[in-house]
Amino acid sequence: MGSSDPRSPSPRPTAPQTVRTVVTWGLVALVGAAALGRLALLRGETISAAWLLVAAIATWLVAYRFYARFIAARVFALDAMRATPAVRLADGHDFVPTNKWVVFGHHFAAIAGPGPLVGPTLAAQFGFLPGALWIVVGVVLGGAVQDFVILCASTRRDGRSLGQMAKDEIGPVAGVTALVAVLGIMVVLISVLALVVVNALKDSPWGTVTIALTIPIAMCMGLWLKYLRPDRVLEASVIGLVLLAGALWAGQWVSQHPTWAPIFTLTGPVLALAIMAYGFAASVMPVWLLLAPRDYLSAFVKIGVVIALAVGIVAVLPPLAMPPVTRFVDGTGPVFAGKVFPFVFITIACGAISGFHSLIASGTTPKLLARETDAPLVGYGAMLTEALVAIMALIAACVLSPGVYFAINAPVAAIGPTAASAAEAIRGWGFTLAPGEIEGLATAVGETSLLSRTGGAPSLAVGMAALFDRALGGGAMALWYHFAIMFEALFILTTLDAGTRVGRFMLQDLGGQLWPKFRDVTWAPATWIASACFVAMWGHFLYQGVTDPLGGINSLWPLFGMANQLLAAVALCVGTTVIVRMGRARYAWVTLVPLSWLLIVVFTAGWQKLFSADPRIGFLSHAARMDALHAAGTLPAGVTSLDALPRMAFNDRLDAAVAAFFMVSVVVIVADSLRTWWGVVRGGRPLASTEVPAQPVTAFAAGD
Amino acid sequence: MRARLHALVRLVRTIIGVPDYDRYLRHMRAHHPECRVMSPSEFRESRLHARYSRPGSRCC
Repeated sequence: MGSSDPRSPSPRPTAPQTVRTVVTWGLVALVGAAALGRLALLRGETISAAWLLVAAIATWLVAYRFYARFIAARVFALDAMRATPAVRLADGHDFVPTNKWVVFGHHFAAIAGPGPLVGPTLAAQFGFLPGALWIVVGVVLGGAVQDFVILCASTRRDGRSLGQMAKDEIGPVAGVTALVAVLGIMVVLISVLALVVVNALKDSPWGTVTIALTIPIAMCMGLWLKYLRPDRVLEASVIGLVLLAGALWAGQWVSQHPTWAPIFTLTGPVLALAIMAYGFAASVMPVWLLLAPRDYLSAFVKIGVVIALAVGIVAVLPPLAMPPVTRFVDGTGPVFAGKVFPFVFITIACGAISGFHSLIASGTTPKLLARETDAPLVGYGAMLTEALVAIMALIAACVLSPGVYFAINAPVAAIGPTAASAAEAIRGWGFTLAPGEIEGLATAVGETSLLSRTGGAPSLAVGMAALFDRALGGGAMALWYHFAIMFEALFILTTLDAGTRVGRFMLQDLGGQLWPKFRDVTWAPATWIASACFVAMWGHFLYQGVTDPLGGINSLWPLFGMANQLLAAVALCVGTTVIVRMGRARYAWVTLVPLSWLLIVVFTAGWQKLFSADPRIGFLSHAARMDALHAAGTLPAGVTSLDALPRMAFNDRLDAAVAAFFMVSVVVIVADSLRTWWGVVRGGRPLASTEVPAQPVTAFAAGD
Repeated sequence: MRARLHALVRLVRTIIGVPDYDRYLRHMRAHHPECRVMSPSEFRESRLHARYSRPGSRCC
């Protein structure tokens, strides 16, 4: 990766400085290479998580120092004296020049969500190495580049959004396709995240009560901020955090209560309906009452937990119990079907490359940058930090013994309903689950069962609880487990409610094309209808995931990963077009390399999800199998009613249609982009840059 | 000490995205003294609406 940067904008360093720099960075690179080599050459023995952390951090330091600087200096020629939109258009609320570390924190809090926690946990079924390598390399050449390039492009264009840039840079067809694709991706994203919450709270009165209580807690904060102490956000958040701790305790009390515990022991479908009702309510209620206070609370918990996880891992430096590579790279894995290529690259989207970030890098962030030269820290650096979160989640999952990991993450169809059947299935895979091990763990964390708690959240919570328990002395596993579940669910519900509201606005905007009155956000019938439609869209996938015994995370998570990667492909198309139209086509490989890789990965995976003859992978062959079983009158394992089969076949075909829709959208955008690039490179099309012309910072008054 | 605490509070508020009315007021007085300024509650309302009505305020 590391092309060095001989022409840095700063004055030429003196000789001793150069020597020191070369020595320092040479050492960092050597340490990273040694740690990576140690990981790659591992044979049969367990290794400390420290090696993984050191390999990742050293690689990223080198990448940040050299590759991010290369992109900043050569590709975009970022200029500290060129006024940013925050300076030129300063308005005191949207466009505000802000300290770069504050923008970094703000941007990181906006991009970091549950994605980098869940994906690496699921991908641990291949062993820790495939996921770790993809996160380490993918973020350097893909994810961080995407975020950084889009941030630079948007900063040079008054903070324009990705959709607008797609329209301006590539063309109207690409613009419209990108907008519709974003809506579709949001539907899949919300449904799969909601499914993770349902699977974490199913049959768990403790978790259910704790999460349910976060809603009235947020509303109390909202009322406090609206009527009692306006604008005292930190004060209200402290009260909220204390109440959250109380909710954790209340959950424990309920779970041990003979009458209340059964009332809050809910099944998957009931929880799914409750979450849909919540999403609808959050979308039509005033923002100050629920969404905003929840968001503040969630930001605190998020940053706190990331730091706690880092401290826990560094304090314990646990050995990785999972082997570097498991036999499931051959595609027979129980957590999700498919070979390591292409599915590890689909399963881990957030953390390595996440298309969704391009919406944020072209949203609030470019309007806050005080200087162009702050962009590497914010764009590239914040994404490296998210990748660090992903590596830590992977470590937390791999701390568990493989037997326990598979008992928690494999569906009932693979391991059967009892600890004995699970132990037997897991022995068949070459791992061991000691008698009483999983039951003992379930009791320790205060749950009735941990078998087949798919979705990644429970196994991550068990891993984190084990880490914290070891770091701080034993005895509080149950509290740590439910604390981890609470924060994961809090993250997810914050994405879900804000996402549902945004989806509602997008639907109202679309409907407004046909009937302008529908766009009126103050007109209750329009807001209610649009909210109900959007909730129904993700609710369908959620309900299907909860009730379909062979589907769920297994079929929805790959769909989400593909959707997210395809959005990244759209962002990289926009980025490449920007670079080409700047007249720097010779540097277009910076975005073309990750773009090509994503297209290869996503189209291979998409093709397999559609047309694979293996019904565990292919949606269509699975549908055909369900039809055949229905015709023959036989029930597959885990299915209790014959009537379920046609419904399952329908869901498979719907999933196939969604996957096909995403792929066609990307083909359209890539084709439209190729047309543009060809035009520029052949010289037929003028190099009309859509950048706002450069103006020196000195032309603008300082201050707010 | 008090000033440091105050700076820390401001820092945390900006990171989690709390709208800053004082800054808005200063900007309006300095650059658009002739314009009407929003009241604190109007300002909060408009900021919240802007934050929760477009994709790009929250991620996965």
